[in-house]
Amino acid sequence: MKIEDKTVPIREAPTSEEIVIKIKDLRKCFGDNEVLKGFNMVLRKGENLVVMGKSGSGKSVMIKCLVGLMAPDSGIIEVLGKNIDQLDQMELDELRSDIGFLFQGSALYDSMTVRENLEFPMRRHRKKFEGITDTLPLVKEALENVGLAHTMDLMPSELSGGMKRRVALARAIILKPKLILYDEPTSGLDPITSKEIIELMRNIQHKYGTSALIITHDVDCARVISERMILLVDGINYAEGTFTELIGSQDPKVNAFFKK
Amino acid sequence: MEVDFNMVQRTKQFFEEIGDLSHFAARFFKQAVNSPFEFKELLRQCYQVGNRSLLLVVTTGFIIGLVLTLQTRPTLIEFGAVSWMPNMVGISIVREVGPVITALICSGKIASGFGAELGSMKVTEQIDAMEVSGTNPFKYLVVTRILAATLMLPLLVIFGDLIALYGSSLVEFFKGNVSFRLYFNKVFEALSFGDLIPATIKSFFFGFVIGLTGCYKGYKTGRGTAGVGIAANTAVVMASLLLFVVDFIAVFVSDIFYEL
Repeated sequence: MKIEDKTVPIREAPTSEEIVIKIKDLRKCFGDNEVLKGFNMVLRKGENLVVMGKSGSGKSVMIKCLVGLMAPDSGIIEVLGKNIDQLDQMELDELRSDIGFLFQGSALYDSMTVRENLEFPMRRHRKKFEGITDTLPLVKEALENVGLAHTMDLMPSELSGGMKRRVALARAIILKPKLILYDEPTSGLDPITSKEIIELMRNIQHKYGTSALIITHDVDCARVISERMILLVDGINYAEGTFTELIGSQDPKVNAFFKK
Repeated sequence: MEVDFNMVQRTKQFFEEIGDLSHFAARFFKQAVNSPFEFKELLRQCYQVGNRSLLLVVTTGFIIGLVLTLQTRPTLIEFGAVSWMPNMVGISIVREVGPVITALICSGKIASGFGAELGSMKVTEQIDAMEVSGTNPFKYLVVTRILAATLMLPLLVIFGDLIALYGSSLVEFFKGNVSFRLYFNKVFEALSFGDLIPATIKSFFFGFVIGLTGCYKGYKTGRGTAGVGIAANTAVVMASLLLFVVDFIAVFVSDIFYEL
């Protein structure tokens, strides 16, 4: 099923040359299995970059290295001008307040209501909300952005898969981040819900002017949302270009991604 | 040869596990004394631990009191020592039976609960989401749970002891026409601080062991839902085993003090 609805136009080119993420020669091994073998990447401000790769190709490892959830074996990672490797825990936490992260399985806290899920990162980054005593309007705004204002007092177990993903998206944007990382945003969702999530991602980017790095193997998602794509094959950035450029490629490894 | 190899592997795994657990415990002590302190979560966990185990502790304590008295009565009658019943039951419950039975019951309830809860949070990336939100998940999830178990277990033991003594006094009331007042007077006459203090100190260690093993197994859960089940199961086995080791050490140490 192809996604044709494009209510929010995609920008033709990045709005700025300012670099948001820079990865140089990233390497990561798990025992004898070398997952990333010198991955390089640049994400510019306001840009939507899609990284595609097979399952187990190291996409999620790469995105986790970006936020300090995993330590790379070697390589340089700069996020919003800061070298991740050189940050202490406090500086890393401060940097994380400028990064939204949408996890593959939504990762909502089971024991908290939707409202508490959204308030959790706000409580941890009080500095960013100095002078704001009532968090409710911000929670409402974030939930309205994903069309779920009525779910505030529900528990995650009372939500469908698509609703969970939307709430997770609301949690990712509650801190008004400069950069949003999406780890398989449409995985496990039906085509219609996937389309809604992609639409929301575009609306949010349009409204807040965030940069986005999207990890996916959903070709439709990549086609609709990407301004530039990187194909991660055998631990390296094998091919890079726009969706149209890559789909027209004659390389068999590139073609394998787009075959239905 | 294969058997020998397996034995070597298992012994190596056992010592690696002990090393990992010690490292985990050291991390707990390091983080428990450093700010920020998660008081709200600690109180919530104390309530959860106490509330989750109370009914089981009450039921088990009551039955243990009844059974212990019913089974000892004929022998004491035979020796003409039935008047020593409150002394004997009181000392055995307060010094050994109460703390050990309560701890075993709690290891089944609390350690498995912690193992399953943290394991499930780990496989659904909730722990990663917490870290990205700027929260130290070890401090928020592990330190609070271990402290809650350490603080609540002595209270549960005291409660369990009182209920067990009440069960025992019921038997004496109906079978031996001993009033509750006389029964409890004799129990408290027989008990000294030398009985109460080591038992209470021992209970703190029991609580610590239960919290530590439950959190350790949950936090180190491998990927997948099967890992959650294994974490819950092995947490109970490991906690129960360690309880007896701690009990032996506690009895050995208190015995040295008795002899002084």
